[in-house]
Amino acid sequence: MELARVIGTVVATQQVEGLEGVKFLIVQPVDRNDKKIGEPVVAADGVAMAGPGELVYIVASREASLALPEKFVPVDHAIVGIVDAVSEV
Amino acid sequence: MKIGKVSGTVVSTINAPVFEARRLLLCDLLDETGKKPEGRSLIAVDAVGAGAGETVLILDEGNSARQVVDLEDAPIRAVIVGIVDEIEVESKTRR
Repeated sequence: MELARVIGTVVATQQVEGLEGVKFLIVQPVDRNDKKIGEPVVAADGVAMAGPGELVYIVASREASLALPEKFVPVDHAIVGIVDAVSEV
Repeated sequence: MKIGKVSGTVVSTINAPVFEARRLLLCDLLDETGKKPEGRSLIAVDAVGAGAGETVLILDEGNSARQVVDLEDAPIRAVIVGIVDEIEVESKTRR
């Protein structure tokens, strides 16, 4: 699971079965100091509350589909939490 | 499994159910000697009470992670499964 910043949204009305109702957000993986790491990806919103600019954390591969209410929705990244703070331990 | 150093706590109130009431720690991944940071970090659920700055053993695979938290279909990938006391890597000189 890694930190990411929501930078946009994607709407795709024509899509494969199973993706109905899934909200897609473009997220940019970042480190703790908001420095970009790697490329942005499109992630399903597993908490259905993430908005643009928010810091979230995401999971990939099979865990991504487990983050959605329906069983085995075909997604490869999903937002599983909205970050309030990353406190220095 | 990976070796990492606990560098922060991730505070989150809106999240998937599995993360409710579980400590989320930000870990900086280390190389095999446990000394040099690799420049990458990941978020792991703490299952052993790891503290600040400790070197930890991180399980970074979903099925095993679900086994640790005992939740069949939780969207969880990384779990801290151990606190490292000592790392010994084959010394260069062969005895």
